[in-house]
Amino acid sequence: MQDIGMLDGNGSPIASQRSPVATPESSLLMSATPPRISACADSPLLAIRGLGRRFSERWVWREVQFDLSSKERLGLVGPSGSGKTVLLRTLAGLDRIRVGTIAFGDRPLLQWSLPAYRAKVAYVPQQSALFEGTVERNLQLVFDLSVHARRSYDRSAVLSDLATFERDEEFLSLDASQLSGGERQIVCLLRILQLEPQVLLLDEPTASLDPDSSRAAEALVERWIARGDRACIWTSHDREQLERVTNRQLLLQDFQA
Amino acid sequence: MPTSYLTISYVQLALAAMSIAINLGISIAYRLQLERSLVIASIRMVTQLLLIGFVLEWLFEQQNPWLIVGLGLLMSGIAGRASVQRTNRRFAGIYWNSILSILAAAALVSGWTVVAIVQVDPWYDPQYFIPLLGMVLGNALNGISLGLDRFMEDVVTQRNQIETLLALGATRWEAARQQVRDAVRTGMIPITNSMMVMGLVSLPGMMTGQILAGASPIDAVRYQIAIVFTIASGTALGTFGVVLLAFNRLLSPSHQLRLDRLHAPK
Repeated sequence: MQDIGMLDGNGSPIASQRSPVATPESSLLMSATPPRISACADSPLLAIRGLGRRFSERWVWREVQFDLSSKERLGLVGPSGSGKTVLLRTLAGLDRIRVGTIAFGDRPLLQWSLPAYRAKVAYVPQQSALFEGTVERNLQLVFDLSVHARRSYDRSAVLSDLATFERDEEFLSLDASQLSGGERQIVCLLRILQLEPQVLLLDEPTASLDPDSSRAAEALVERWIARGDRACIWTSHDREQLERVTNRQLLLQDFQA
Repeated sequence: MPTSYLTISYVQLALAAMSIAINLGISIAYRLQLERSLVIASIRMVTQLLLIGFVLEWLFEQQNPWLIVGLGLLMSGIAGRASVQRTNRRFAGIYWNSILSILAAAALVSGWTVVAIVQVDPWYDPQYFIPLLGMVLGNALNGISLGLDRFMEDVVTQRNQIETLLALGATRWEAARQQVRDAVRTGMIPITNSMMVMGLVSLPGMMTGQILAGASPIDAVRYQIAIVFTIASGTALGTFGVVLLAFNRLLSPSHQLRLDRLHAPK
């Protein structure tokens, strides 16, 4: 099936009432609706307005709006199938925006070159792919991408991050294909953190980790946030963890019809 | 006009057809259930070839360039369509992409060969142009089919890898370069393989035909070499073209993987 286009408005009557159909071009200007949650005086890192997504006739979520300000840690809460991953993918620019707007640093997503945007708003999928070769090769290869060309691989920084997980140099020479699920998640987290993004979108980042490594991952993200004008969004099935690592939560049920 | 080769009459043709009866016998005896497709394939082959024989007899007497060009376009269209039919997935515009690629590739290399290499006068002389175009199209069709199928399959099965790279800030080209390269390489496998063993394992059909028709083997070989280069470059161009067009369709200019544009054939 093709996408449901913006103008293909044969959803339920309520649906078309609640969310006026907008084309990406017309929504370059932010909607006048006041932010629903945040009331931060500084301009937010991410501003989400009236975001909606549906698969055929069913809305996954709609009218999603929130601001993500510097130093904030936002938890996305919802049962399986509530569209947490879809929302993170949309925020990462991997899925097209169908309804609504996303703005980062006061510029709408559509005005960003997506590679440059993704270098700043980094998404860590639940199952990130690792590439052929050693762990170290996986950490290095991101610097071959043109958007990161001005940065370079810093082995000592990686080693100090690795120490948080009680692992040493030896880990770097392991073959990526032989890692456990938890070890893969560690590599993916290190791979993204060394690029120093401004916003992290973490999709179940510790799902395969043991409790100790989970805490280590949380500490690492905490240290990264402390280093600058940064914020992150977490999803997790572990409510306790979400309470621990986030200071604000967004219930996706609130945005479902 | 005296011919330097032995002709085959329709009676002799019937004798040749009998050899397929052995295959039919085996299929029936062992219940392989191949009879139906064997019979259909045989009938199609005979009818199509007899028809094209008459068409070529007529065609070679034509001297109207527009007619020849029109026929070339028709052949390219059919080849472009056929190369899509063997693939497992579709996207909107896939037929046009395929036809455009095969047409551009075939026009370029066939034109170059008749004008600059064989130096046919006039260039559209159907006795040269049409068989040459046919060979180029037949091979480019395989390359396009394999390359296109491999690319669509790879972007689906390696979706995670491509999207991980995109999420890390890769451009669409950085994210899918590997899949483009593999697809083009796959499309080039048949022609590269046959070039590798040409003369050692296989004697090319065209060369064999010229020798049977009384040409000196050295002349026939020189002809064959020129034609193989034409075929190989046509296949490379066509495959590369179609894979790039598919890449442009499935990885949008805004650096998103658009698997939603893929669907099963109807």
